[in-house]
Amino acid sequence: MKAEPTRRTVLASGAGLAGGLAGSLALGGCGEAPLAGTLPGTLGGADWQRGHLLRDGKLPEPTGAVEEAGLVIAGGGVAGLAAGWRLAEAGLADFTLFELEDRVGGNARSGRNAVSAYPLGAHYLPVPNREARALRHMLGQFGMIVGEDANGAPRYDPYQLCADLEERLLWRGRWQEGLFPSGGLPSAELRQRAMFEARMAQYRALVGEDGRPAFAIPMALSSADADLRALDALDFAAWLDREGFTAPSLRAYLRYCCRDDYGSEPEHVSAWAGIHYFAARRGWASGEDGDRELTWPEGNGRLVQRMAQRIAPHLTPAHSVFAIRPGADGRPLIDVFDHAARRSRRLRARAVIVAMPHFVAARVAPAFAKAGAMAYAPWVVANVTVDRPPRGPGTPLAWDNVSHASESLGYVVATHQSQSADGGPTVLTWYLPLSRETPKAARKILMTRTLAQWQAMVRDDLLTMNPDLDGAIRRIDVWRWGHPMIRPSPGFLTEPARLAAEAARPPVVFANSDMSGLSLFEEAHYRGVLAAEASLRHLGHPFQSLA
Amino acid sequence: MDEGTVPEGGVPARAPAPLAIILLVSVLVVATCGLIYELLAGTLASYLLGDSVTQFSTVIGSYLFAMGIGSWLSRHVRRDAIGVFVRVEILIAALGGWSAAGLFLLFPLVGDFRIALYALVLAIGVLVGLEIPLLIRILRHRFAFRELVSNVLTYDYVGALIASLLFPLVLVPRLGMIRTGFVFGLANVAVALALLVVLRHQRRVAADALAALVVAASLVAGLFGAETMQRWSEVAFYQEPVIYARSTPYQRIVITRQDGDMRLWLNGNLQFSTRDEYRYHEALVWPVLGRVARPRQVLILGGGDGLAAREVLRDKRVERITLVDLDPEMTRLFRDTPELARLNDHALSSPRLTLHHADAFNWVRRAQGTYDAIIVDFPDPTAFSLGKLYTVSFYRQVARLLAPHGVMTVQSTSPLVAPRSYWTVASTLEAAGLTARGYHAYVPSFGEWGYTLAAHTALSDAVHLPAHLRFLTPATERAMFDFPPDMARRPTPVNRLDNQALVRSFAQEWGKYEG
Repeated sequence: MKAEPTRRTVLASGAGLAGGLAGSLALGGCGEAPLAGTLPGTLGGADWQRGHLLRDGKLPEPTGAVEEAGLVIAGGGVAGLAAGWRLAEAGLADFTLFELEDRVGGNARSGRNAVSAYPLGAHYLPVPNREARALRHMLGQFGMIVGEDANGAPRYDPYQLCADLEERLLWRGRWQEGLFPSGGLPSAELRQRAMFEARMAQYRALVGEDGRPAFAIPMALSSADADLRALDALDFAAWLDREGFTAPSLRAYLRYCCRDDYGSEPEHVSAWAGIHYFAARRGWASGEDGDRELTWPEGNGRLVQRMAQRIAPHLTPAHSVFAIRPGADGRPLIDVFDHAARRSRRLRARAVIVAMPHFVAARVAPAFAKAGAMAYAPWVVANVTVDRPPRGPGTPLAWDNVSHASESLGYVVATHQSQSADGGPTVLTWYLPLSRETPKAARKILMTRTLAQWQAMVRDDLLTMNPDLDGAIRRIDVWRWGHPMIRPSPGFLTEPARLAAEAARPPVVFANSDMSGLSLFEEAHYRGVLAAEASLRHLGHPFQSLA
Repeated sequence: MDEGTVPEGGVPARAPAPLAIILLVSVLVVATCGLIYELLAGTLASYLLGDSVTQFSTVIGSYLFAMGIGSWLSRHVRRDAIGVFVRVEILIAALGGWSAAGLFLLFPLVGDFRIALYALVLAIGVLVGLEIPLLIRILRHRFAFRELVSNVLTYDYVGALIASLLFPLVLVPRLGMIRTGFVFGLANVAVALALLVVLRHQRRVAADALAALVVAASLVAGLFGAETMQRWSEVAFYQEPVIYARSTPYQRIVITRQDGDMRLWLNGNLQFSTRDEYRYHEALVWPVLGRVARPRQVLILGGGDGLAAREVLRDKRVERITLVDLDPEMTRLFRDTPELARLNDHALSSPRLTLHHADAFNWVRRAQGTYDAIIVDFPDPTAFSLGKLYTVSFYRQVARLLAPHGVMTVQSTSPLVAPRSYWTVASTLEAAGLTARGYHAYVPSFGEWGYTLAAHTALSDAVHLPAHLRFLTPATERAMFDFPPDMARRPTPVNRLDNQALVRSFAQEWGKYEG
């Protein structure tokens, strides 16, 4: 009985998430919380106290002399680390990366307990396309690509490709392989699905009049043909309606995909972005590995950790870059607050790569960037430590486990890659994008809910999917993301602020996946590499382009 | 107080005929039921705990002793003997009726099963011990003492005969132990209800009748739910008495024993039977050791029961065995339990053996050094997680640990039941850059069983076998490499981490076989 109201919040349907969340918030006062409060766990998230200090202009003016600096990277997420990696590859020695948090890694950060490492956010990387040259170069360096086949296609390390079974779906009380429901569907719905697949295959193969693929990753390499760009004018749901893709099972699957990659409802994303999800992946690998994914127990934490290792001497965490302004001699002035020493410094840099989310960059460097109309999708990620792996009727445990009936995106199994044991403890990483609510309202919910309330919600959702886990949950650690993902809203391709950021030239350039409108590792990496190469050119440092 | 002068239990001096008859019939019924519960407890104890002579004698001894306590306690029943008798019947019906089902269900759940067993035996014994003295007192006005003792004891002994004949000949084979308990519980409650019906005009019977009906209803429900309970109770799953059962974080370990045949089950899958495990283990170990000139370093992956290690230790050329098993509980069990350690000749305590508790999937990736012989003895690939231990990636790592002249063997499921799965192992070893040769042996408790030899170089026919083996001779060894057409090699995919071809074909082939 007690669990019911929170379960309803997870399953919140037409009424919207806010109503459900508010409902269980009220319940938090009358006995719901202690039930889950007996579970150990922590409530974490991006350090928004530091973020808000910056937002509210509460950081002190620098004192002391202006210091001379080489190249500065402001922000240690994937784009900033990729920029740093690129600079190190080119042999540039004089650069510093400032990160506001105590740890670099951005969305790809990870945690670890006695049972396993686990992701706090992004958890896999699809095998990159042929056009993602710099990324492939890096994966080779990190031992993730182990060679080439006779056709020159990269061979990926089998231990790092996601092991079978990749996905399973709980559909009408049974687990089945794959994420699209099978069995018991009217043939008209199955036909629509086949037609949708065929349409996406067409788009995948389509080359624009400019000779570029219709949809590419990095997205900047996509065709600029007007009829393709026109897709950006309407939202994905409207496009699906227009094209007659109305079957409920298909729409449920597409909604899952949209929320999985963009943290947003199909109604809120551009049709261009919605199609990009299905039509842009042409993973290039030896044999049949092209459509597979790379993953690790700690998710993309592995990738950021390897990048950070490469540039370890250049990393300066717990430092907020809070102002970037043009200097008198053309060299930018950068104000940095040191959170440990609690004082600010001013640097005069030869160049700066602003690798912060765009909404922060616009505040820090108003002379160079406009805020624009960018929205971010908030998320909750919970890491659930369990005594035994989940089971359930039908297909056995997969890496990614999704329930058709749940508002959450299900869970991935952290030890999927690293264990062969059919038992023993593991960590399940559970994902929920707060996509039904406006981002602002969702962020309010993020900040006000207690750990016990989140834990109750996660536990109820998990036990609904896997009643076999009853009594096996040891702890639930909850991580909140306020602005993790840019939302590719309709019109994002022509968004002036985005185009201005793309067009910026050294000494102040930008690097983040917001510039792509798609919160993907590949996009952040590409933007980091581009910014690094533009800066190297500006500094007159020789290099061979990887972009 | 002199019982002779005070009428008891509201029984009038001239009781109506039906009561006397019911009471005499009930002597027969309670005697039968009493012995049935005793037999149930004894049989259950020897079934679940093994060693039937000890279990039977201690259970029957405790039961008789408890009956003595009951008889002695009957003196404290000073009035209303018939009311007390009715309630005793209802209690016996509940406890005795549920005894078999309860003990079966409790067995896997409780730490010390003996405590539950003897507590129940004592409780039922005390209650049964109360019955006859109370009945004698109730009936004493109906018969002369000479007749009374004769009647009661006659019915008592006849009941015992009925019970002891019915139990082995009809009840256990036809009804099973769980249903037998419920049926005789219903007999007890029927006695109570019959008495309540007869007495309904002389006393208030509502509360007792309600209790009796509730117990009767629960017994009827139990009778019809017995099938489901058998399924819950894993004990019923095994054909043989279970002597050990334990859940570790990794698996459910169960050991059964019958007529000197001990069997190990992991998650319900048979791992060995002491009757024929020598065939399995000789065929696993000696084709490898017999093909290596100087097997000094031997690696065993899996095989926490120590039986493969026992075979290897017989070879005095072997200097060191490294054994990697996932489950510490498993190796502890087979090292520290005298009866089980005898099976493997205390191999797990040998100074020549080093034990690692690790997931072999990870262990082989980190391990350094090389081994002259490697024995891979994992459970069948019934799950994606286990299927990883049969992939080309895994075998590449194992091949790295195999000395240039070394030989390895892989337990590879049945080539008769699952030929495609069986030959997938060979194809996968070949894809990992090794030469592979399949062979098979007949192990009665498994059926026709398959293994695969692999090496960096060609695998020769020449094999050196020790003389003391029970199954393998040079001639039978040679014959193992010959496959008749129904098991002959066929084209198969390579099993990879990202296709798990083996798990899929294994499920398909065994699924067909098991229907």
